[in-house]
Order: sequence, then C-alpha cells, then structure tokens
Amino acid sequence: MSGQPSSPTRRRLLMAAPLIVAGGVGVGFWRMLSGMTKGSFDPHDIHAPALNRPVPDFALPDQAPGTGFSATDLRGLKAPVLVNYFASWCIPCVAEMPVLNALKDRLPIWGIAYKDKPEHALGFVQRAGNPYARIAADHDGLAAIDWGVSGVPETFLIGPGGIIRWHTASPITEAMITNTIMPLADSLKP
Amino acid sequence: MNTHPLRRGGLIALLACLIFAPLVALAVDDPSEMLPDPAQEQRAEAIGAQLRCLVCQNESIEDSSADLARDLRHVVREHVAKGESNQQIMDWMVNRYGNFIRLKPPFTIGTLLLWVMPLLALCIGIGIAWWTFRRPRAPTPPPLSDEERRRLSDLTETR
Repeated sequence: MSGQPSSPTRRRLLMAAPLIVAGGVGVGFWRMLSGMTKGSFDPHDIHAPALNRPVPDFALPDQAPGTGFSATDLRGLKAPVLVNYFASWCIPCVAEMPVLNALKDRLPIWGIAYKDKPEHALGFVQRAGNPYARIAADHDGLAAIDWGVSGVPETFLIGPGGIIRWHTASPITEAMITNTIMPLADSLKP
Repeated sequence: MNTHPLRRGGLIALLACLIFAPLVALAVDDPSEMLPDPAQEQRAEAIGAQLRCLVCQNESIEDSSADLARDLRHVVREHVAKGESNQQIMDWMVNRYGNFIRLKPPFTIGTLLLWVMPLLALCIGIGIAWWTFRRPRAPTPPPLSDEERRRLSDLTETR
C-alpha cells in the first residue's frame, strides 16, 4: 500500500467508512433505547409461542375471595377475557392494580395467584382492590410453566374458544389497554 | 524459606480447595432435588445445562438459583424419571417457552447470520488478504542511461 500513492477519492472513502459504520451503529442503539422508553421494544420480552394456540390443560383451585377455574372454563367462553398471573410478593403487580381496576368493567379479568400463600394473596387483593371476576391459585407454579410464564405479572388475552390472542410479560399500562388490548378484545367480541 | 513441611502441605491443600471448590458448586442447593439414580441425574444435569433460566437469561437452569429455574429442574427430573428421551424433554420445553429457552439456538433463517458469521468473517479476511497481496509491486525502474550514470558518480564522488 505504501508503494503507490492512493487516489484522493479512495482516501476520502476509507476515512468515511468507519464514520458511516459508527453512525449506523449509533442510530441502531438510539432506536433501541427510545423503543425501550416508549415501551415498543423490550429486550427481556420472551416471544411466547403460546400465541394463537388454545390455553394449556390445567385446573386450579379457588383462591379467596374468588373461585378457581380450568382450561375447560376458558375454552367454553363466548367473549374475550384477560388472564392475569400475579403474586402478593410482586412489586410490578401492585403497580398495575389501579390499571386493572379501571379496566375490569370493560373486560372481565381472571386472576391466577402464582406461588403465593392463600392468606397473602387474599390480603393483596383486599388492599389493592379486587379487579378479578375469578381467582385461582397456582401453588406449585407448575400450571404457569404450561402457560409459558417466566415471571409475574404476566397477562394473556383469551379469545372465544380459549385461544390465546395476545400476551405480555410486562405490567399492564393505560397505553397498552387503549392501543392494543381493547381494540383486539372488541374485534374478538361476537 | 523454612516452612514446616506439614504446614506447607496444609497450605497447599487449602489453596487447592479454594481454587477447585467453585468449579463443583452447582446451584442444586438441595440434595433432595437430585434423582437417586446417578446415571439419570447426570442426564438431567446435561439437559438442564442446555436450558436457559428465563429469569437470569444468561445462565442455565442448572447454574441458576432462581425459583423458576428450580421448578424447571424439577420438571426435567420428573420427565427423565419417566424415561423420556432428551429430544422429547427439549421439545416439551420449546413448546412452552419457544426456542429462546435453548442456550444453543437451532439453525433457522432467523439464526442464519449468527451461525455463518465465523465463516463469513474468515471469507472476508481471506478476501482482504488476497486483494492486498495480489496488487503488483511497483515496477522495477529501467537501468540508468550513460548520462544518468555520469551524474550519479558526480554526485557521490568523494574528495
């Protein structure tokens, strides 16, 4: 390379190449970070294979003050419901409670208490206000594994016939309800 | 240094313990988790080492002490005890958590770039090397004419 002088155009191109690469990487990172703050990109999101599949087989006992439910109950539904995995020991679950309480009159919410003591789960819904039409208890967390749950809170929108239509592993927000959940739930109503 | 041989031996043993103890420390913190049959337990550990802990995300369920990892270890052992094959257990997990749970992703269109990247990098490197070495060196200049030779000897003449 030292033998012949390189042409000015080529030298300029070689100088610009690292800048272009750095610029491209920068734009990529900026888009990821802004997506994370806006909520459109979540690096921890696990792409649930459960989507558009029927709910798994399960039957869970009552959790006071509600009554338990099973896969059969969900598969027999004619209108959409939201299934919400929660626990009294989960801080983001506390944070999403007001949002769920504001939603419960527009869309029924069924709760599943994940690996929780019955008295703790009862205390939790009494303190936070009960948004759940029915509550089941998943004491050993094994039904959660069949749902593909990796933590709490985790929420599924179940369409008629018990088909999982939407899923999130983040706390429910107002924006999610207006932009995604309600439009989808309305389209699933008979 | 005059160290008593017994003390030195003790020191070496202590050092060896400190160095090697972490290598055998798995997150299986409760021996009751383990299967009674050592061959089955070994198989369960091998499967678990291939499964991602979904809470910590960069640890296998065998290495993680997260609650969910413990539950998944338990499930793996149940399936092993039932006599299922490694492939059956892996499929069971992927069916619930997707390919994300596999620490070694399968070769698909989505992971194509990931898998062929080493080969691609090698090809690019060979390409650059070939392109650099292939270029002709500067041509050897023609021999000096009589006139130039005279000038050169004038210039380099020492007095």
